[in-house]
Amino acid sequence: MSRARIDSLTALAGPVLLVVAVAALGSQLNPVRQLEFGEALVSVAIVVALYVFVGNSGVLSFGHISFVAVGAYLSGILTLDVEQKNLILPTMFGVLRHTHTSTALSLAIAALAGGLFALVAGIPLMRLSGLPAGIATFAVLGITTNIISYWDKIGPGVTALSLVPTNGVWTLMVGALIVIVVAFAYQRSRLGRRLRATREDPLAAQAAGIHVHRERLYAFVVSGALAGFAGGLLVHQLGSITPDQVSVELTFTTLAMLVVGGVSSLSGAVLGALLISGLNSFLADAEQGVNIGFQLTLPTGTRLVAIGAVMALVLILRPSGITGGRELRLPRLRRAGASRRGP
Amino acid sequence: MTFLQSLIDGIGLGAVYAVVAVGIGLVFGVMRLINFAYGELITAGGYTLALLSNAPAIVAIIVCFAVVVALALLQERIAFRPLRGAAPATMLIATFAVSFLLQNVYLLAFGSRGSTVGTLGGLNTAIAVGSLRIRWITIVATIAGAALLGCLTLVLNRTMIGLQLRAAAADLRTARTLGVRANRVITAAFAISGVLAASVAVLLTVQSPLVTPDYGVSVTIFALVGVVVGGLDRLWTASLGGFAIGFANAFVGDLLPSASSQYLPSVVYGLVILVILLRPSGLFAGRRATAAERV
Repeated sequence: MSRARIDSLTALAGPVLLVVAVAALGSQLNPVRQLEFGEALVSVAIVVALYVFVGNSGVLSFGHISFVAVGAYLSGILTLDVEQKNLILPTMFGVLRHTHTSTALSLAIAALAGGLFALVAGIPLMRLSGLPAGIATFAVLGITTNIISYWDKIGPGVTALSLVPTNGVWTLMVGALIVIVVAFAYQRSRLGRRLRATREDPLAAQAAGIHVHRERLYAFVVSGALAGFAGGLLVHQLGSITPDQVSVELTFTTLAMLVVGGVSSLSGAVLGALLISGLNSFLADAEQGVNIGFQLTLPTGTRLVAIGAVMALVLILRPSGITGGRELRLPRLRRAGASRRGP
Repeated sequence: MTFLQSLIDGIGLGAVYAVVAVGIGLVFGVMRLINFAYGELITAGGYTLALLSNAPAIVAIIVCFAVVVALALLQERIAFRPLRGAAPATMLIATFAVSFLLQNVYLLAFGSRGSTVGTLGGLNTAIAVGSLRIRWITIVATIAGAALLGCLTLVLNRTMIGLQLRAAAADLRTARTLGVRANRVITAAFAISGVLAASVAVLLTVQSPLVTPDYGVSVTIFALVGVVVGGLDRLWTASLGGFAIGFANAFVGDLLPSASSQYLPSVVYGLVILVILLRPSGLFAGRRATAAERV
């Protein structure tokens, strides 16, 4: 293996080790803790999926949670028992009612559906950039949420989709790692580099023969497929899902995780998701009373206030995120003088 | 006649959204910042009115204006001033964070069940004109909206600070080299947007008096959509866009058969996507050739 390739792979090692470490730590803890760690791993998957498009293209998308939602519902419904489905969801399309798949297959189908949805939405929308792109993608989310909430042929509507089989920390870790590896492979590929060029300077990239819209569309589809997959992970972590759980709030929290970590690096996406999830769990504990050298008990409800304050503070103090857009590298493998910025 | 009724309801709601749109557009003009936490200003106004429900209306309204303007200035000073010049995405997400923070402060302080505003509740009574029912608030909202936008136009065109605001909106850097003080102009923009938010709080709480922590969120989202649909670069296109979205919401909602009215958001969002695709720089923006700038 060439030196350059080893060097580039060390950039993948950082996020991967981080996720493995989190899963390993989580698996040693009690079941309640394991749920929190599972949630963190799913957040990593969603934020990395979002990063593939937002980070590489520099265009904000408020619509990615639509792909997460489609993936979550599809994957959840496919793994439900056929008898149960006929009983509790009699109005649903026959195909969805009569099909039962394994979790792994349902995740693959969720990825496919997310990618397909992203393709259909992306063909018209990828011509836009800046605020119009943000609002148009947000409108896609609005439509998705609205339809999932009311159309009883594709799911249970506003009531929760429940009884979905759940998975433990290790399975979720594998899922998160798959998303990270695909994201990494994409950003190192010719496609990823071309898209990054359009992010740095659209005009120069165009002048060099790069088709901006097309590159963005490719990223949108990859990112949509990963988001669909992550949605599948989400439903198999929670065991149930409602339209509200995969809507505006999740959009903002995942975007905030991405920005807090640092929009333009994979490490930033992973780190942001883990840190905010960790903070969230810690504060939830602190509301119950926790011992950190001294007894700390926060009044109920301070958790979300503190998270909002931390997010605002990080952005004010470090506008380009904790990683500043650089990749984490293993320090001892870095050659002297090779402190160039991440890809 | 239901058509006329929908038209009137649409105008009343449109006027409120137009004011919200201008409040957002004004700050965007000078700072290139979409303040998503604008809705929390409206919510703050709502809570102030709710707390002062037993006070005389005039006192409640004055305090409401004071609180909202103070909060607007506070937002600018603490959160947005340090971020000046940061990437637009970062600024936008920072305003989300502020919005999220304020919503949860409200939740902590006032609970999730909401507080009811009693101020000016009398304006909800309707007068009958033929078979039409026109609520007083519709008339008041329309007149107040028009008056506010009229006053703002006067301020922008006839005063020194208005001139500076327009200069800053056109090009902040050049304006600064010509002696316009950035802090002063931006503070002024936030103060005016605070006044507009307070007015919206007063008008909106009459129509929907239950103030919850997320009271301002949907108004802001819809107004923001309207602003982009209308065209962000000018105030009047932004306000027309805001009006259009409020109007469309009330109007399309009335016209859709009741069986499919649950899909109203989809229809409105679908229209929004269509407009943005056809006219990315805004429905009412002129057809100016916008060459990409390299500087």
